[in-house]
Amino acid sequence: MKKSIKDRLAVLSDAAKYDASCASSGTQKRNSAQSGGLGSTEGAGICHSYAPDGRCISLLKILMTNFCIYDCAYCINRSSSNVERARFSVEEVVWLTLEFYRRNYIEGLFLSSGIIRSSDHTMEEMVRIARELRITHNFRGYIHLKSIPEASQALIEEAGLYADRLSINIELPTDIGISQFAPEKRPENIRKSMGDLRLKIEESRDPTLQTKRTKRFAPGGQSTQMIVGADAADDATILSTSARLYGSYGLKRVYYSAFSPIPDSSKALPLIKPPLMREHRLYQADWLYRFYGFGIDEITAGQGDGMLDLDLDPKLSWALANRHRFPVDINRADRDMLLRVPGLGGKTVNALISARRYRRLRLEDLSRLSVSLKKVQPFIEAEGWSPGALTDKADLRARFAPKPEQLQLL
Amino acid sequence: MHTITLEGPADFDGWRVNARSLALAGVPPQDTQWRVRGGDDGGLFDMAPAEPEALPPGLMPPPGTGLKVPKDFIELAKAVVCHSDPARFGLLYRLLWRMQSEKGLIGIATDADVVRARGMQKSVRRDCHKMTAFVRFKEVPHGQGQGRSGQNPRRRFIAWFEPDHYIVERTAPFFQRRFTDMDWLILTPHGSSAWDGQALRLSPLAASKPDISDETDDLWRTYFSNIFNPARLKVKAMQAEMPKKYWKNLPEASLIPDLIADAEASVRAMVARAASQPPAHHFRLQEAMRNAPAPDLPPAGTLAALKEQAKTCTRCPLHCTATQTVFGEGPENADLMFVGEQPGDQEDLAGRPFIGPAGKLFDTVLNETGIDRRTAYVTNAVKHFKYEPRGKKRIHQRPNTGEIEHCRWWLKLELDLIKPKLVVALGATALHALTGEKSGLSQRRGQFQDLGQGQSLFTTIHPSYLLRIPDLGKQGEERLRFEAELAQVARAMQAPHFQAGGSA
Repeated sequence: MKKSIKDRLAVLSDAAKYDASCASSGTQKRNSAQSGGLGSTEGAGICHSYAPDGRCISLLKILMTNFCIYDCAYCINRSSSNVERARFSVEEVVWLTLEFYRRNYIEGLFLSSGIIRSSDHTMEEMVRIARELRITHNFRGYIHLKSIPEASQALIEEAGLYADRLSINIELPTDIGISQFAPEKRPENIRKSMGDLRLKIEESRDPTLQTKRTKRFAPGGQSTQMIVGADAADDATILSTSARLYGSYGLKRVYYSAFSPIPDSSKALPLIKPPLMREHRLYQADWLYRFYGFGIDEITAGQGDGMLDLDLDPKLSWALANRHRFPVDINRADRDMLLRVPGLGGKTVNALISARRYRRLRLEDLSRLSVSLKKVQPFIEAEGWSPGALTDKADLRARFAPKPEQLQLL
Repeated sequence: MHTITLEGPADFDGWRVNARSLALAGVPPQDTQWRVRGGDDGGLFDMAPAEPEALPPGLMPPPGTGLKVPKDFIELAKAVVCHSDPARFGLLYRLLWRMQSEKGLIGIATDADVVRARGMQKSVRRDCHKMTAFVRFKEVPHGQGQGRSGQNPRRRFIAWFEPDHYIVERTAPFFQRRFTDMDWLILTPHGSSAWDGQALRLSPLAASKPDISDETDDLWRTYFSNIFNPARLKVKAMQAEMPKKYWKNLPEASLIPDLIADAEASVRAMVARAASQPPAHHFRLQEAMRNAPAPDLPPAGTLAALKEQAKTCTRCPLHCTATQTVFGEGPENADLMFVGEQPGDQEDLAGRPFIGPAGKLFDTVLNETGIDRRTAYVTNAVKHFKYEPRGKKRIHQRPNTGEIEHCRWWLKLELDLIKPKLVVALGATALHALTGEKSGLSQRRGQFQDLGQGQSLFTTIHPSYLLRIPDLGKQGEERLRFEAELAQVARAMQAPHFQAGGSA
């Protein structure tokens, strides 16, 4: 007997949860005021709920089917797994998306799929879903499609017409890792597909000669995901791969997903508690690289083993290792250096630069901006404050490091 | 003391008109008192009739005269009036008052009044954002007589939400833009909003929670519990973004306590179950893949076969960071072959040589000298792009000796297959790859050199060199020289000894 839609929803959302991305931001602004249809995107995404894993639920993130001809060791849907299988029809995915959207549970759809029959066949079905939503149902909400690296150019072209974002997962930081754990995937094909997407996205932003209007192609850009902790790659390797992907393919985001044990797991993989703190530190480091002017080598140099410090955030860790650059005078330092002060974020730095045009800033001003004085004090000078010997104190690290905690078995 | 009574708890226009006239009349903040008609600000105000306005309406200055405030302040004030703090109107007036003498006040993010107003703004914005996130519409059936037969009636939905502040009006346009094709009604203790496809209606009256249910909530709960990964419990992170005060109106929230309680046990159970034997269909798939016919390859010994082979080259580590091998391009029997350095950013993405900025310049100069690029074979000494990522860009790096040596293997195969009569080295890397000599570009530049077996080498610069010269005068000079050198190449190709063999 065919499983009910509810049973299949359970299987196909369970199968999708290892994809970290749920973003619905960064696309063009549009709404249904003119069309009289359904849906809008307003720049910032909206998280409509949060699961107890702390992850935002913004999109209906499901697989079209979890049948798959590939056998990627880290994947719950690999062909050698005995996980329960199911599949949705095009109409069912469309129905679920619209009904969930009308109740304001979601911003839109994030559709992925196992590879069935062939890459083109799979991609074609996914494109049909996006087309139905956009054309037949006049849906203006967010659509993220996972694109299949080997799918034909024409299908990718059409996918970009309907989707806000396209993504292809790089999965693992090194080519060796990919061939080891995802034997059917070709790292060069993944890179090639990302390169093709970048060219198409850039081309669509250039106005044509005849009209100023640009062609629509994935206005929310492309993103990817890397699994952390399944292979032996260190943080320096992971972050260098990210830097390379950002630079080469103009990715909006690289998502890091702590490898999490999956049901009926492959023997090739560790059954570990997912390295959530490591994942968190990688996101912080990624942020420092993209928005704070840090180089990957600077961020990863501190420990000597290519790993990030798990106890301290990477900016603080860098500052402790580079104390000769401190203290920084918050009334005089330039923006780049202020951004390197632990405890000062981008918004705070903007506020300081704006406020110091009118008055000399003191520690009290910082606390009004909700800056942690305990964190910044050793690294800054302000009106009425100088850290003196504190900056170079031998046990400064102890001021920040978390108290030792007894470890527990998983 | 001037007491101002506003028409509603988020009456921005009322506040604006009154504040403007008070300020113009020179009334200091400490002499003003602000209240809301009907007073629902925590019971501070009674239903007593409104007291006299600060100024008789006749004396009010016409809108737009006198006071100037930064645009940013209007934005701030519009948000702050929605806050539930009874002191909000007085605070805004005090800011307005101070701004007249303190220049740039609103930019002083550390000022106590500014900090407080910004705090309220932030709180209102967050409340609005959470309302757009956590409102849950429930479908209600049409009453008798609605929806004419033969026509699709608009579907109807009702939501109940409990915001902290007076934000119903502020958020209503969002729901209108988004849920345009359905009728909806959002009820809150601070008023309600409704849309019927024609008009947006607002009511300031407190509503009470309706007793409605929607079957689809059950599917949503199924999704919520299955998208949750019990192996990565982060309850604090969840509650920071979805505080418990919202839970009572979220259909999925009742599942949370059990999901948390069972998480550890379910992970343990999952880990304890040893990996099972793969299902039969897995072996069939693997078998099918092994037996899949190999893709048709071009016949050995052709340029196409060489190109195909080069796609999977791993002779040096550059293949791990580049997108793809960029092989040479052009006719297999070309008499003229150009050798550049390595592909750049654009070439790496498109998989074709000389198409980026340097390639475009190269094409222009070729055109001027009358050489048809389509008749020449164009390739690079190194076939993978070497670069250093810098933010959103890639900075080109020169290939080192090892990389040039490894890749020379391909260049040699290209030379052997195409057998050009004239090979043009564009730049030092090409010269190195073709002659093994690491220096001497400037000495050899513009000269022909015999390679034996009827083959000649001509040396010039790489066109990207021209793009890197900052001084425009020098750049012009060098370009003329490059043009002259390519003209030498063009003339050489017309010479009888090149022509003779070329017609074969």
